[in-house]
Amino acid sequence: MKINSLDPRISRAELDDESKIGELHGSEHFQTYEVFQQIKRGTHHQHVGNVHAPNAEMAMLFAKEQYCRRGAAVNLWVVKTADVFVTEYQDADIFETTEDKLYRDPNSYKVMDRINAFKARTNNA
Amino acid sequence: MYGNAYIETDGSKVHSILADEDPIKLAEFEARIAAGDKIEPKDWMPKEYRKQLVRMIEQHAHSEIIGSLPEGTWITRAPGFRRKLALMAKVQDEVGHAQLLYSAAETLGKSREDMVNDLINGKSKYSNVFNYPAPTWADSAVIAWLIDAGAIVNQLANSKGSYGPYCRALDRICAEESFHLKYGHDNVVFLATGTPVQRQMVQEALNRWWEPIMHFFGPPDKASQHSEILMRWKVKMGSNDSMRQTFLNMYVPKIWDLGLTLPDPNLRKNEESGQWEYTEPNWDTFKQVINGNGPCNKERLAVRRMAEEKGRWVRKALLSKSDAYVTPLA
Repeated sequence: MKINSLDPRISRAELDDESKIGELHGSEHFQTYEVFQQIKRGTHHQHVGNVHAPNAEMAMLFAKEQYCRRGAAVNLWVVKTADVFVTEYQDADIFETTEDKLYRDPNSYKVMDRINAFKARTNNA
Repeated sequence: MYGNAYIETDGSKVHSILADEDPIKLAEFEARIAAGDKIEPKDWMPKEYRKQLVRMIEQHAHSEIIGSLPEGTWITRAPGFRRKLALMAKVQDEVGHAQLLYSAAETLGKSREDMVNDLINGKSKYSNVFNYPAPTWADSAVIAWLIDAGAIVNQLANSKGSYGPYCRALDRICAEESFHLKYGHDNVVFLATGTPVQRQMVQEALNRWWEPIMHFFGPPDKASQHSEILMRWKVKMGSNDSMRQTFLNMYVPKIWDLGLTLPDPNLRKNEESGQWEYTEPNWDTFKQVINGNGPCNKERLAVRRMAEEKGRWVRKALLSKSDAYVTPLA
């Protein structure tokens, strides 16, 4: 039966309510691109998500529509997902000692005690 | 725009759900969630967690796509240029939300093509409300205000869930939905404070939509160990009834405030318990509609099939043989 819709555009299309189309196939997949957005000059680009697109130009177009619909953005990067190298979460232990290396932390250098002791010593002398 | 997930807890016993899961990994996984940490795509996760999340996020994505159809009906006939622009922006937002959600579901291993196939072949569900028509402009106003309000109640809760990509998508979505809610409220208020004919139009739309809105959050949950597990894993963030209560508490007073009525004589807040009392909507109707017998099920899927069919040559023309699909990162 033809579909009779409240929407005249749909009625005009004379759609069949039982029509079936063939399945989509894996080969109809576009690639994915990861999207990085810079909100304001001087700030870092930040990962905001991804888009499916056949090429970088269209990825850019979709990324603008998808992630820059509101508010400020001054710059956008798209990168093929396949080109991004990532660490595995299960390997998170490679970062474990980072916080232990206190000799790289300015707060681990405390000199005032020594200076005060030195001053007390030399003034008394 | 989405109500609560139609999670089918099929009565399986807890031990069969968790049967072949590694107990040590399962304990680590549950500890991570209990600590408020998020699960990310390549983390170990129980099979049931993956299955229910794919089902839930996919249904949500389909709902955004199909949900834009009843509203889209009114774009060409929106009263005035500003409303036409606003409605177009809203419909575009909804389609964009579907893209975000499909991406989140893809990170769990189901491809976008498989999801689209399951939608157009009728295998996947989407929110039941979109199987109803929007016969007047006031219907589109009621949808934009109250269906979106219901969706926000659900989405805010789910954005506190445990799966990272879904939470991030929902954060973006909730930010945009707040415009939809304001826009819808503005449209309803305009009609409700207008001429008697306008008031009557919005009252009739409200009467038509009340039952679908009550259905929106899903039937009362049966208490089961299965749903307990899904709650513990922060897949399901609240019972369907508790979401419905939150919605009633926030919006019924706003509706009554406009001098509009709701077609349920038993609807009132029990001041002692703080809970809303109401007549249960007809859950047989709900089942009928969700199984394909609603007024617009066939039309919605036919339109979606048309889009797929007519867009096919464009997608084919753009494809390059050397390009290979990879699952998105996050």
